[in-house]
Formats: sequence, structure tokens, C-alpha cells
Amino acid sequence: MSRLLEIRDLRTSFPGERGRGPQARVHVVDGVSFDLDRGEVLALVGESGSGKSITALSALRLVPKPGRVVSGEVRFEGRNLLELSVGEMRRIRGKRIAMIFQEPMTALNPVLRVGDQVVEAIQLHEPVSRAVARDRVRALFAEVGIPDPEDRLDAYPHQLSGGLKQRVMIAMALSTRPEILIADEPTTALDVTIQAQILGLLRNLQRDRGTAILLITHDLGIVNELADRVAVMYAGRLVELAPRTQLFSNPLHPYTRGLLASIPALATPGARLHEIPGVVPSAGHWPTGCRFAPRCSERFEPCEAQDPAEATREGGRRVYCHLIAPSASGAASGATSALVRPHHKGGR
Amino acid sequence: MGAYILRRLGYGMLVVMGVLFLLFVLFFTVTDPDDIARKALGEKVPPTVIAQWKSNHGYDRPLWPWQDFEENLLFDHYRRMLTFDFGLSDADDSPILERIRKGMWPSLSLTVPLLILSLLVAIPLSLLVAFFRETYIDRMGVFVCVLAMSVSTLLYIIAAQFLLGKLLRWFPISGFDPDPLLLPRFLAMPILVGIVAGIGSDVRFYRTAFIEESTRDFVRTARAKGASEARIMTRHVLRNALIPILTQVVMSIPFLFTGSLLLESFFGIPGLGGVTVDAIRANDFATLRTMVFIGSLLFVLGQIATDLSYGLVDPRVRLE
Amino acid sequence: MTPSLEPYLISNLATLCLLVGLAFIVRVVRRSRLWSEAATSLWRRRRLALCVLGVYFAIALLDSVAWKGGVPEDAVGVLPNAPYSAIDRIFLGSSESSYSAPFAEVEFYGGRPLRYPGAHPLGTDIIGRDVLFMALKGARVALLIGALTSLIAIPLALMFGVGAGYFGGRFDDFVFFLISTLASMPGLLLLIALIMAMGRGTLSVCVALGVTSWVGFCRLSRAETLKLRELDYVRAARVLGVSELGIIFRHILPNLAHLIVITFVLMFSGLVLSEAVLSWLGIGVEGSWGQMIDGARNELSREPIVWWNIAAAGSALFALILAVNAVGDAVRDVLDPRTLRDAP
Repeated sequence: MSRLLEIRDLRTSFPGERGRGPQARVHVVDGVSFDLDRGEVLALVGESGSGKSITALSALRLVPKPGRVVSGEVRFEGRNLLELSVGEMRRIRGKRIAMIFQEPMTALNPVLRVGDQVVEAIQLHEPVSRAVARDRVRALFAEVGIPDPEDRLDAYPHQLSGGLKQRVMIAMALSTRPEILIADEPTTALDVTIQAQILGLLRNLQRDRGTAILLITHDLGIVNELADRVAVMYAGRLVELAPRTQLFSNPLHPYTRGLLASIPALATPGARLHEIPGVVPSAGHWPTGCRFAPRCSERFEPCEAQDPAEATREGGRRVYCHLIAPSASGAASGATSALVRPHHKGGR
Repeated sequence: MGAYILRRLGYGMLVVMGVLFLLFVLFFTVTDPDDIARKALGEKVPPTVIAQWKSNHGYDRPLWPWQDFEENLLFDHYRRMLTFDFGLSDADDSPILERIRKGMWPSLSLTVPLLILSLLVAIPLSLLVAFFRETYIDRMGVFVCVLAMSVSTLLYIIAAQFLLGKLLRWFPISGFDPDPLLLPRFLAMPILVGIVAGIGSDVRFYRTAFIEESTRDFVRTARAKGASEARIMTRHVLRNALIPILTQVVMSIPFLFTGSLLLESFFGIPGLGGVTVDAIRANDFATLRTMVFIGSLLFVLGQIATDLSYGLVDPRVRLE
Repeated sequence: MTPSLEPYLISNLATLCLLVGLAFIVRVVRRSRLWSEAATSLWRRRRLALCVLGVYFAIALLDSVAWKGGVPEDAVGVLPNAPYSAIDRIFLGSSESSYSAPFAEVEFYGGRPLRYPGAHPLGTDIIGRDVLFMALKGARVALLIGALTSLIAIPLALMFGVGAGYFGGRFDDFVFFLISTLASMPGLLLLIALIMAMGRGTLSVCVALGVTSWVGFCRLSRAETLKLRELDYVRAARVLGVSELGIIFRHILPNLAHLIVITFVLMFSGLVLSEAVLSWLGIGVEGSWGQMIDGARNELSREPIVWWNIAAAGSALFALILAVNAVGDAVRDVLDPRTLRDAP
């Protein structure tokens, strides 16, 4: 049986800095592979500019122009989404795979009532009457914890707080009972207390409905609360993918270690907080070899010369680093190593 | 809301007072009534004739209140303009109000269809261009717009009269007939020219509005919902982009009354634009002054209407 | 009149000042990395349009510098001791007495052979003036209108706009009232009223155009100044005790520079097109393309059709406006893609 969502060697490019003409295109996402199982929460982690949002948008074929997916596969229940017609793709977007965004302030249409916007999401995919759709929206609003759902149906986005708007977005995303919910920094723009509420809501919904979530975030605290597995991205590439518990207890890639060490809550009290020197190189200015090498304290000769090979570990763990031997156990033999099944699954 | 309208009206009144003052400075001090009289009557008329003409036109008073508080031109100017008592033309002594009343309908018969047809042509075109943004069609569209904007309206009119009127004989070169059956024949060419002359800048403006809206986050949300591009354009983008477009249209409504200087004059339409051009040609300062005043008054009203329409179409705006 | 005040000397002096000013601007642009990058990018995007503008500028320049003497005594209809510009001198003596078509061998209505066969590549108008000559002369008039008006409007707008935005209070109220008053008067009518009240002539047309066109930029610079004065480094300068004028000149104006450039370019085409309308109303500038078009529009009804003078003036006007519009778009894209959008 195939996975719910398999992303294979995805490459998404944008034109280089000089806007016009056939200049070299920059691969913002450069050969990313991972998969998502039913009911699982996979966190895609990385600093801003690492390509994590574009990876998610690529999966839904929503990359803003003039960017485009240049190669790779996005298999949803075995079908490659990148090969579907525009119409077929539309039937999957919103219906089977839904998405919520970082900025609830701007993600809703300011001149339409929020109820109507959710009704639209339902009616786009199901032949139900407006009244029926509205009843469902009312129930959804209650489910996502919007007080006075009846009144809120006819509110305009600017009349709602950021937290309520994000709840509306979640209601909209869940309105068609999708198998996958892609959540792109769903709490970044919110106050800390609201963040906690929204995270709690996502966790409950995920548990009750069994929706798989692809969670994009730069906040490892959120990862720790929600994720089953974690994929760490750096400069357009995956550097490490591991079950959450393994990643937090035993990070293998130096970048992952650096990230974890820079979280105040996880650092040893009293010790100086770790910091990764330098900044993320911007797209198009990526070094050859391992892209993290210039900032890595443990780099040695091969790092800057060639791309690190994939190293697999038990539990479907994958690391891309010259320090890690390609196959410690000797069992995984290169060709199929990318498909090693994760053992850690979302509780159902 | 009510308080808001009152406040806007109050400020509008203040602006109209300012306009009247500027007009007074321009038409009574920069050119004084003696100049006007000489321009109307000729250089070599005896002073008695000038004095007679000035008293006929109400110009025989001192300018400022401090010269004569009871009888002065400044107060007189304000009183007459604000009561729509515009007096006689400086050129041929005909009553100005009468001419305005007569000229309004021909102007409207030109400008109303022109506005509606322009919108009907420009909005779909710009929607189309915006739909194909970043492609060849878009680039060509913008180029054609800039091309069209770079031609003087004079040339459009002259070319149309020459090609469509003289060579092809599709339409009469100029003229006007209030008979509703004959009217379209005479109005077709001016309207066509008006549309062509304005379409470049209109389409460019609307296109920018559409494209600006179509890069917003809510469009991405709609796409993620599975809405089609056509639906996104018509339901989400158009609704938002229509706000600036609508307010621009509301702003232009008052000026439908004052007509179009160039079109009316070239095509012989006896509207207010034509009246204004005649006034300029004949050094008729009284009529010109009146037209500027009416134009400003309409502008102020149009602005208030625009603000109110914002409040109606944009749920985010609350007038207070 | 003293010789130093003769119009042609003033024109020569003004040209000199213009060239010095341009050299200064070029120097500033080359010294600043930001500006020279913008200039390079502009050049890369709009090579053709910039070349067209360069040609117009060169023609205007050739027509702006005049000197006396050196005129052949036997040339037709020429005053030997009058100043003539370089363009004038090229066309000296080639006048006809009536129409001739482009490249015509004979006069239109006379049947007399041309004195200078082939000397009128674009033909002549009703009184025998060379159309090419007049079209070339129009370049200087058009550029003069655009430049002189901007020179009036932009400083005016900056003074009021920056002053109102920076100092606020009563002065801001006054400026705001002034702007709303001027903006509420219909542009073309106000323009006409101003010219009629001030009398005709190049200067009064430019002043009138300036007075009617400064309002938009004033509003923009006021809004920008309001934003800029709240920026941290401006506040810091104030805390450090930099004088108000020092802040305006060192921190506010340089940050408005890109808007000035954009406004200048975008305003330009509108001004030249307005002048064409004014010419048609009989209150334009002597020697403009607008006057040529106005003078020639009835000649289209002649038999055979006299089309070449309107075509020449029309295309000269069109090419200039198109080049300016094309450059204007690119300038806006290069310098400021956000603040300004396409005006309605």
C-alpha cells in the first residue's frame, strides 16, 4: 500500500535576480524527498528562506508566479499531482488537501463575510445548497471554538481578532474533511496565549478526525508539542529527517544540533545559549558541497567539495552529512534507503 | 454618519469659498473689469461706453470691502455665485444661467453613454490583461495602452473626422440633433473617439488595481480552496479591485454635467464644454468664471459622494 | 534694451546653466551606488526610448544656442544681423511661397519649379515654411514647457509639501486647505483661466501649468514627509540637536529624491499634451507642435489632401510622449515599485 503523500526529489525554481530574460533560475527547493502517512503530523522545520513554505506550496501546485516546480514527484495516494490537469488538481485542493496560512489577517477576503467564504469552500466541492452548507459552517465554527457562531457567520474579517480569523481559516480548511492539512506557520502571527489555543485546537482536531498534518514552522517548541516526525530543511535541502523523540534526544546533523542548542528551554540552565555563526545564505548564493558547511564548526575537506550522501538509520531516519557514515548497520543499501518506513505513528 | 456628512459638507463649503476667492483674485484683480470691458468692446471705445457696460454687468463698484463695505465687488461676487445669479456674458450679454441650462442636456447625452461604454470596454479588457499577467498578452496589452496614451486627443479627433467622416463617410463629421432617432448618428463618432482616447490610461489603471488585488494572500487562500482562476478573478479579485474603480467612477459623475471641451467643440455638440470653449475664444470672463465655479462645486460634491460610496462598498471603512 | 538682455543671450545662458546642472546631476548619480545602479538598470530596460529622448534633447540643444553673423547675404527672407540657432542655419533660405508636398519637384498651387529641389523632405505649409524645420523647432518648445513647468511646480510642491508634513500644525492646515481648493478646480479650466488672466506667452503658460500641476506632488511629498519624520534616524537626529532645516535637507529631501525623479518624468508627457490642447484653444506656446496641429487641421479638407504637416507634428509629438511614457514606467519600476501606481 502506498503512502498518503510521497514527495520525491522535488525541485522548485524562481528566476534569478535580474527579473527579465533567460537568466539562470534559482532552485529554492532543491531535491527534497519525504512522505506523510495517514493521521501523522510531520513538521517541516527550518529558518526563513530555507524553502519549507515553497515545498508545501509546490505540493499543492500553488507556487506563486514566476516560480515553478521543475522536477520531482508529489504522489498523493499514488497519483502524481504534478501531472494532473488543472481541473483535477482543483478537485484535490481544498477537498483532499487543505491549507492554512501564516497571516490570518490577510488570508481572508476583506470584502466577503467569513461565513460565505467557508460556504464557498464547501460548495466548490460538494453539491449542497447554501442553507445546508451554512448549517455545516455553523457547526464547524462551534467545533473550532468560535463563540457565537451564528453571529460570526455574517461578520467581516476585520471585525474578528487574529485568533478568531485563524479559527475561521481552520474551519475553512476542515470543512471538506480533507485527508491532509498543510499548516504553514499557523501561529506565528498570533499572540503567545492565542498560539497555545490554536495549537491545542489543531492537536484535538488531528486526534479526533485523524487528519494528517504537514506542519511548517521555525518554532521547535511547536514541533515538540505536535509533531510525530520532523524534517529539518536548510538552504533548499533536507538535512535531517527523524522521529521527533529521536531528533530531540539524539540530533545527528550539526545544523540540527545547533538549532536545538539555541532553544532556551532545552539549554542547560546558566549555560551560554548556543548560536550558529553566520546567516542563512540567500537563494542563488548557495555554496557548493554541503550547504551548511561555511557555518559548520565541524566541517572538514569533503564538506565544501561534494554533496553529502544520504545516511539512513533505523526508524526511517535520514541524515545528509559527511560526518555520518552512509549506512551504519550496513542493512540499507542505497537504492531503497529513501523508502525506509518510519515506525513512529500518530496516535489514533 | 450624519455628523460625518455634515462635517464633510462644512469643509466642502469652505473649499468652495476658497475657490471663489481665487476666482475673484484672478478675474477681478489680475485682469480688472476695465481690461474685460476693453476686450469685449474694443480698445478705442469712449470711457462713457465702458462705464455704461460696466454698470450693465455690475462691475461698477470698488473691489474690496474696505473700500466700500456695502457695495463692493468681492461680496457681490460671493453673493451672486452662491445664489446662482451668474449675470450676463461678457461677450454677447446673454444670460449665463440660461446657457448652462440649455447646454447641460447635450453634454449629458454625450458623456453618460461615453462613461458607461468606456467602463464596459475597459473593465473586461483590463481583467483579461490582468488574467494573463506576466505573459506575452499582458506585455502586449500594456504596450498598446502606453501607445494609445501617447497620442494627443486632438489627433484622435482629427484622425477620426478625417478617416471615418471624410474618407469613409460612416458618420457625419460634426453636428447635433436632439431628435432621439437622429442623435445616435451624431454621437457615435465623438463617443468612439472618447473611448479610444481614454482607454489606454483606464485599462492601465484598472489592470494595476486587478493585479494588486490578485497578489493578495486571500487569493492564495481561494486557490488553496480549489477555486478556479476564473472564479478567483470574478468573485475575489474583481470585488476588491472594484472599490478603487468604483470610487473613481463616482468621482467622475459630477463632471458628466460639464461635458467635454474637446469633443463637444470639434463635433459641434451644443453642450457646456462647447459653451466654455466659445467663452475662451471670445474672452468671455464671466462665463469662464461661472464654469470654473460650477466645476469646483461639482468636484466637492463628487468627493463627498466618493467617500460615502467607499463606506457603502468597503466593509472595512466606517465613516465617522 | 541693453544687449545683455536680448532673448537669444538669455536662451544661451539658460542652456549653459542646464548643461552645468546636468553635469552636476550626472556626477551625483555616478557617485552614489544606488543611483548609478538604477541608471544602469534603466538604460538596460529602455535603450531605445532613452536614445529617442537623446535625439530630441540634441535637437533642442542645437536650437537653443543662437549667434549673430555668418548668414549669407543673398539668402531669401533672412535678416543679416539677427541671431540664428544651429537649426535655423541649416534651413536658411529654403522658404517657398506656398504648399509643396514632401519631395515634390513643383509647388502645389503654383506650378513653378522649386528653387531648391528636394530641399523640403517633408514639404511646406500654406505660407511656404518648411515642415521639417517647424517640426524640429517644436522639440525645443516641448522640452522647454516640460522643464520650465517642472522647475516651477516641483520646488513649489516640495516647499509646501515638506513644510506641511514636517512642521504640521497651522501651516499644515493651511497647505491642506490650499491643496483641496486647487484640486477642486477643474484642471483644464483653471489652466485656461490663469492664462487668460495673466496674458498669453510661454512664461505664463508654464506658470499656469506649474500652478495646476504641483498639487498632486505636494500631496505625495506631504504624505512621505509625515512618514519619514517618524523614522528612528530622523528622531535620533532631532534628539542630537540637528537643526530643523538640517534635518529637512539631510534626511527628508534625499529620501524624496526618487519621488522627484518619478514625478518629473510622469508629469512631463501630461504637460506637453496639455500644451497641445491649449494651442488648439489659441492660448498655447508659439512654435509648438500643438500650434502646428491646430494650424493644419483644416488643411485635411483641401483637395488634394494636405496631410504632411499634421503628420509631421503629430508623429514628432507622439514619438516624444511615447518615449517619455516608456521611460517613466521603467523609472518608476526601477526606483519605486510600491508608492506610486498608475494614475487613473
